Amino acid sequence: MNVVNLLRIALRALRRNKMRAFLTMLGVIIGVSAVIAMVAIGQGSKQSIQDQLTSMGSNMITIRPSSRQTIGGGARLEASTLQTLTVKDAEAIASKAPHVSAVSPMVSTRGQVISGSYNWPTTIQGVSAGYLDIRDWELSDGIPFTDDHVRGAAKVCIVGQTIVDNVLPGQDPIGKTIRFNKVPFMIIGRLTQKGENAFGQDQDDIILAPYTTVQKRILAITHVQTIFASAVDQESSEVATEEITEILRANHKLQPNDENDFTVRTQAELISTVSSTSQMLTILLASIAGISLVVGGIGIMNIMYVSVTERTKEIGLRMSIGAKGRDILLQFLTEAILISVTGGIIGVVLGVTVSKLITVFFAWPTLVSEGSVVLAFVVCAITGIFFGYYPALKASRLDPIEALRYE
Amino acid sequence: MNKIVDIRDLRREFVMGDVVVKALNGISFSVEAGEFVTIMGSSGSGKTTLLNILGCLDKPTSGTYLLDGIEVGTLSRDELATLRNQKIGFVFQSYNLLPRTSALENVELPLMYNPSIGAKERHERAKQALEAVRLSDRIHHLPNQLSGGQQQRVAIARALVNNPVMILADEATGNLDTKTSYDIMSLMQELNHQGKTIVFVTHEPDIAAFSSRTITLRDGKIISDRQNTNVRSARDMLEALQEPK
Ligand SMILES: Nc1ncnc2c1ncn2[C@@H]1O[C@H](COP(=O)(O)OP(=O)(O)OP(=O)(O)O)[C@@H](O)[C@H]1O
Ligand SMILES: [Mg+2]
Repeated sequence: MNVVNLLRIALRALRRNKMRAFLTMLGVIIGVSAVIAMVAIGQGSKQSIQDQLTSMGSNMITIRPSSRQTIGGGARLEASTLQTLTVKDAEAIASKAPHVSAVSPMVSTRGQVISGSYNWPTTIQGVSAGYLDIRDWELSDGIPFTDDHVRGAAKVCIVGQTIVDNVLPGQDPIGKTIRFNKVPFMIIGRLTQKGENAFGQDQDDIILAPYTTVQKRILAITHVQTIFASAVDQESSEVATEEITEILRANHKLQPNDENDFTVRTQAELISTVSSTSQMLTILLASIAGISLVVGGIGIMNIMYVSVTERTKEIGLRMSIGAKGRDILLQFLTEAILISVTGGIIGVVLGVTVSKLITVFFAWPTLVSEGSVVLAFVVCAITGIFFGYYPALKASRLDPIEALRYE
Repeated sequence: MNKIVDIRDLRREFVMGDVVVKALNGISFSVEAGEFVTIMGSSGSGKTTLLNILGCLDKPTSGTYLLDGIEVGTLSRDELATLRNQKIGFVFQSYNLLPRTSALENVELPLMYNPSIGAKERHERAKQALEAVRLSDRIHHLPNQLSGGQQQRVAIARALVNNPVMILADEATGNLDTKTSYDIMSLMQELNHQGKTIVFVTHEPDIAAFSSRTITLRDGKIISDRQNTNVRSARDMLEALQEPK
């Protein structure tokens, strides 16, 4: 029998029982669309976390003091209280590490910012002129501070939008003076808005000032809390990490068997850590949805079994007019596959639509990947074959005379 | 003459536990092309069993069966299916039309299993077959929109469509009233006059009177095999019925 006739026979048979075919399909539709939507949610959140981490500067390298030092009975000190990193370290990295393009020390503290009758609790970060490049951060207004400002510990700053909204509402911030812990700063620039980061923190709630200013006028310290560096490109971040480690070990005069008193982490490491967590989430969601796909498949098998019994007489008739066992087998198999594939197509469309709607209505990031569509579709086609085969085989083995006599 | 059916010492036994039912117990006869044979006999005499073997749905326990010159006994299940598809047209007592399927599609069905026939030819031949049973105006009707007689005519069209060498009917008028039975028999006679070989199982002697030959079975054996000298015309009988009394 040729394929066209086979399809025609199966289609005609399904058409005779539209409602049942549709209800059978429903299981597959729900299964496939659930798989696609769930994977889309998982992938979407993974992607958005990655995007945000990348937007922080994908070549960024973070150097922090490490808790190697201990006090008294071996208790380790909290990292932020450690004073092992210095401006000299930052300068050494900048001048000696060939794969590092920019370096910025950082000191930060929380405090109250005041302007006129407004005040707002926020964070001030003391950084160098290169910091904006390292973070891939741009100004929407004004100018960045310069190396001269840093050298002179100038009382200038760049503010995030949240600061403007809270202490200078409705005003042009450039040129205005705000006070941070009583120290006056002149605003020379405004950062472009970034919104919340992957961990829900407001990235615009920040004031950037020269690190020298923050060190001397606010904190009265000489060490730095963190050093940010930028690898020349993403591929060289590992080499850059090694260079930095070596330079710092030399600077800190560590013996070969001494542990590092600092940690060097690349953004890529952070991304991969976070990604693997959200990958787990995706797999979990997909497997829950996958179960519903299997249930849909069992639904097909169930209906096909009922259908074979109910249509025994039809099978007998078909055999009496010349259908071979194989023709019957293929007919029932084709019916099962048509149900699952049609259900699969509708499920894909529905799944993609649902994913989009989730993004529109709940503002959840979703990402429909081609892989998940193909996978869901292939799985459901295989489901059709697998669960359709046994009922079809049963049908094809009927004896024509007995089948005809069946009431 | 051209023998369509030639059977020799045909036996069919059913084993039911310890009991062996001899449904056919040594039957021999042949049917020439163009004959209209009725098979009669009381219930359980083996008529259906014989017809199933003639129609290649069942195989004899022993004996030989030549259908249109082909030795059926040695064929496989698939070869039997092909034979049924191309040489036999079945008509059943309960019509056996596919429900919710138009007359045309029902008639097309046997051609669906014949790979050498394309969609266009299938369509044409199904229409012609429906025309031959005078149902051209009902081709898109569903079985439940047709009377019993009309449904049986669709079934006859389905039996004709593959242009078989022989039409086999098992109590094809069993579910119909006298008038409709005569109508079906007049159609059968018409087909027979056009040259179709027909083997028709029936209980009723007045139906057998429309055939050219009657074979009577009892307990799986032939007890009589007579040529019918006085073949009655079903059309005349039908007209006589319709005349006002
Ligand atoms: N599949 C079977 N298994 C066992 N015995 C069977 C089977 N088919 C038929 N028989 C037996 O064979 C004998 C002949 O049956 P068959 O159906 O051929 O009779 P029939 O002449 O067609 O009767 P009816 O006029 O009632 O249709 C019966 O005794 C029946 O019980
Ligand atoms: Mg019978």
